[in-house]
Amino acid sequence: MKAAIYYKTKKLAVNTLIHLFLISVAITCLYPLLWMIVSSLKTQDMIFKDISLIPHQFRLENYIKAWQEGGFGRNFLNSILYTSSVVFGIVIISSMAAYAFSRLRFPGSKWLFIMFMAAMMIPIPGSFVALYVLLNKLHLRNTPIGYILCMINVGLSTSIFLLKTFFDKMPKELEDAARIDGCSKLGIWWHVALPLAKPVLAVVVVFNALTVWNEYILALIIFDNRQFMPLQVALQTFQGEFVTNYPLLMAGLTITALPIIIVYLLMQKYIVKGVTQGAVVG
Amino acid sequence: MKIKGVLENYTFILPAVAIFSVFYVIPFVWVFQLGLFEWDGISFARTFVGLQNFKEIFFQDKSWWQSMWNASYITLIALTFQNILAFMLAWACDREIKMKNFYRVIFFIPPVLSEVVVGMAWRFIINDIDGANIINRTLTGMGMPNLVHNWLSDPNTALTTVALVHCWKGFGWGFLIFLAGLQTIPRELYEAARVDGASAWQSFRKITIPLMIPVMVLVAILTVLGTMQVFVLIVSLVGGEFAGHTSVPVLRILASMRGSSRFGYACAQGITFGMVLIAISFIQYRFSKGRQ
Amino acid sequence: MLIRNLVLCVFALFSVLGCSGQKTDSKPTISVWHWMTDRDPAFQALAKKYEALTGIRVNFELYAPSDAYSQKIRAAAQGSNLPDIFGILGEKRDFASFIKAGHILDITSYMEADNSAWKGQLFSKALAVNEFAPGNSYGINPGIFGVPIDIMTIQMVYNKKLFTQLGLNPNRPPRTFQEFLEIGNKIKASGMQGLVSGWGEVWMIDCLANNYAFNIMGKDKVLATIKGEVPYTDPDWIRVFSLFKQMQESGVLAKGIVTMINKSAEQLFANEKAVFAFNGSWCVNVYKGMNPGLEYGAMLPPAASERYPISIWGGAGSSFMVNARSKNKDEAVKFLKWLTGQEQQAYLAQETNNLPANKNSLARIPEILAQFSRGMDYATHPNIWGVSEFSLVIEALDRGIQSIIIGEKTPEQVAAEVQIIKERELAKKRAR
Repeated sequence: MKAAIYYKTKKLAVNTLIHLFLISVAITCLYPLLWMIVSSLKTQDMIFKDISLIPHQFRLENYIKAWQEGGFGRNFLNSILYTSSVVFGIVIISSMAAYAFSRLRFPGSKWLFIMFMAAMMIPIPGSFVALYVLLNKLHLRNTPIGYILCMINVGLSTSIFLLKTFFDKMPKELEDAARIDGCSKLGIWWHVALPLAKPVLAVVVVFNALTVWNEYILALIIFDNRQFMPLQVALQTFQGEFVTNYPLLMAGLTITALPIIIVYLLMQKYIVKGVTQGAVVG
Repeated sequence: MKIKGVLENYTFILPAVAIFSVFYVIPFVWVFQLGLFEWDGISFARTFVGLQNFKEIFFQDKSWWQSMWNASYITLIALTFQNILAFMLAWACDREIKMKNFYRVIFFIPPVLSEVVVGMAWRFIINDIDGANIINRTLTGMGMPNLVHNWLSDPNTALTTVALVHCWKGFGWGFLIFLAGLQTIPRELYEAARVDGASAWQSFRKITIPLMIPVMVLVAILTVLGTMQVFVLIVSLVGGEFAGHTSVPVLRILASMRGSSRFGYACAQGITFGMVLIAISFIQYRFSKGRQ
Repeated sequence: MLIRNLVLCVFALFSVLGCSGQKTDSKPTISVWHWMTDRDPAFQALAKKYEALTGIRVNFELYAPSDAYSQKIRAAAQGSNLPDIFGILGEKRDFASFIKAGHILDITSYMEADNSAWKGQLFSKALAVNEFAPGNSYGINPGIFGVPIDIMTIQMVYNKKLFTQLGLNPNRPPRTFQEFLEIGNKIKASGMQGLVSGWGEVWMIDCLANNYAFNIMGKDKVLATIKGEVPYTDPDWIRVFSLFKQMQESGVLAKGIVTMINKSAEQLFANEKAVFAFNGSWCVNVYKGMNPGLEYGAMLPPAASERYPISIWGGAGSSFMVNARSKNKDEAVKFLKWLTGQEQQAYLAQETNNLPANKNSLARIPEILAQFSRGMDYATHPNIWGVSEFSLVIEALDRGIQSIIIGEKTPEQVAAEVQIIKERELAKKRAR
């Protein structure tokens, strides 16, 4: 009897500690988010005067103002277009390449893969100017296609790396079965490899979506037309040269953060449901 | 025929290689050869100076190596504190507890927030002059007034503080990947161990850790690559390089590009940076291969 | 099925948004790229007015923040895609490079037409920033290459209310450095914060150091140092560096000033948490937005020496240049002339609280702005000296002063380090 109570209390104690740990970390995560939201509801002169988290002002019109002044309508759609095209492109292109590097044999595969890996590790600062001149020569400057192709390249190496690591560990039985059934290589990739790779693909989607959604400097340099600009560029108009309109900026940032959180919410169940076939297990 | 098969294989990598060659290789070559020139980024004329830029980086540019040292320090803290925290959180969430989904969403909020907001918000929280000074107030409230400090304006603590904020922003990714990895360890292994009388600690040590090593290596490589390139957070937290104490390589490269208009030198710095990153990743890769 | 639908959606969005709708007008359109977020609404209003007047469309495109704007201009220059009117942010050296590359129109003839009608309207110091004088060290033929659209000065401001609390006369700001330090002691004793400024962004340190250098050793010696004739280890320079040490020790500098970006400094002063601030005349607009009731006054940096007058940096705040390769050169110049006309400048000054570049537009500016404009008499600017210091030397100087303030190095150490870098750069220059 005593032993049972002892173990029960021990388990309760351990669980409480675990919960305390999780909650304290969660609080630190929530604080800046709350600060951002609460600030977006204030007026400019109250932003730094009033430090409590409890909002005394509820200027929801800040959101409407931010939307209108920032020209969010068009830019929002642009961002969605760019992000979805880039993510879609990367998922297809990198999974095909990763599958090939992992499962198919052809001369030069090892060296090509190393090249992609090296690209992941060598950032090119100042590449904006190079890309600008390049796109100019290809007559793709100031076009959405040019921007999308550049952004696909940005996420390509890491995505290929992540996917190849996964494909390497994937058990071969399912593929062999499909091949015996007469499936083409492309078919195996589409019907067998991709569904198994759902968790990693979800990570790739979230990672690239975040990258493209938050990108602004390449867009600012490549596009000359306001109508092509993504959301982040529009957001910068609140960060004036001298005056930063903090409430509107915070409202804009909150609006900007929402779609990505939604994407994450949609994808995270794939990541964690996991696959029983040793996804990342050695 | 065999050749047809091989050609078919090439079509798989064709789109990737095509985009890569155009949008990465060409700019890379352009930047690479610029490291051998002295150029201000504007004129159409450039002067060829050979390896002089590289010589200057290696032998004369103290501030460059200081920035590398700072970035390595931040990366080290990220590899230890950030990833251990992420792992512990993932392990804590890898069980049937309430609010599991809630935590999964909350922990991913820091990576989603833009670095500008994170910098502003944390500066507000930590800074005692232009902020709410919450940390110091909490310390005093908890009865430890002698620990109160100018976390961001004291050169000795500024870098560590920045590193910790960066960890806060980054642990969400590690958490995600670790959780995915932990979830794929078959439950039967744990059951079998429990039946055999193993304690929680023993099953952790003998089952969890060995099976998670590949994931840990993956996270380590991505952490190094991502953290060495940090810079936006530093500007929003401490305004800049703080007399070199919070200098990082990307800030130095930007200073060369914009401040001194030495585009060629900036490219040389970029190349050097890339080489160091490759060396570190290579060592990590080899180390992991050895472990396995 | 989901995938296919997704693909179709993406392509549909694409075709709707992806087309670049180019409209061709019969009348020329002037394209202007700028970075001035706060003034964009005013610019748009003026553009409409100009179109109503002349029928010529002026397209103002905003690209912010200024760092990103700079990069865009440089990229566009590489691709020869510059707009009709744009600005160059940076040092005179970069300005010179743009001119040499053929991107900038020489507008001297326009300025001096009709007995210098246009030139005479603008403040000469503002114009000087956009001018290259005969015998300049950049190798540019003398001439005017840009148009200032406002002027600014960088001075100190002080909070009148906090002055009263410290027992000081709110209408009598400190005139000498000694008075300044004594106020610092009072500030330290009272627990308030002293001077705030964006000294995390090093160029502001450079500005103040330079102001005191002019005050202590005079313009000629400073220029001689830049030319390499006087070393930084000269006692006058060490005195300049020591001033920062003295300021720190007296308590007149706010805590953590070395980690502040200018925006944080502005916010602190606006919220009455700091007694002094070192900032430019643009701050009037910023403070008004954050705290309309702020009672403050402008003052010159307190003089540390009687030998030479204290100087401040001032001149053109923002300037526009005309693309030499533009097809609408004449129209662009005409527009800039209109933009700097008396009425338009007065309008801009009213809407955005910036000092006008046109001498005749000063009538209706608020008192605090007028105080700033009076500082123009003492103003100078690196872009009018005709020589530039090496950027690595400036960086070492600024970083060195940061180190002095946080107590890590002595003025003598910093002077020696700066001189070493200077000699290295001079040697490199001679070798070329």
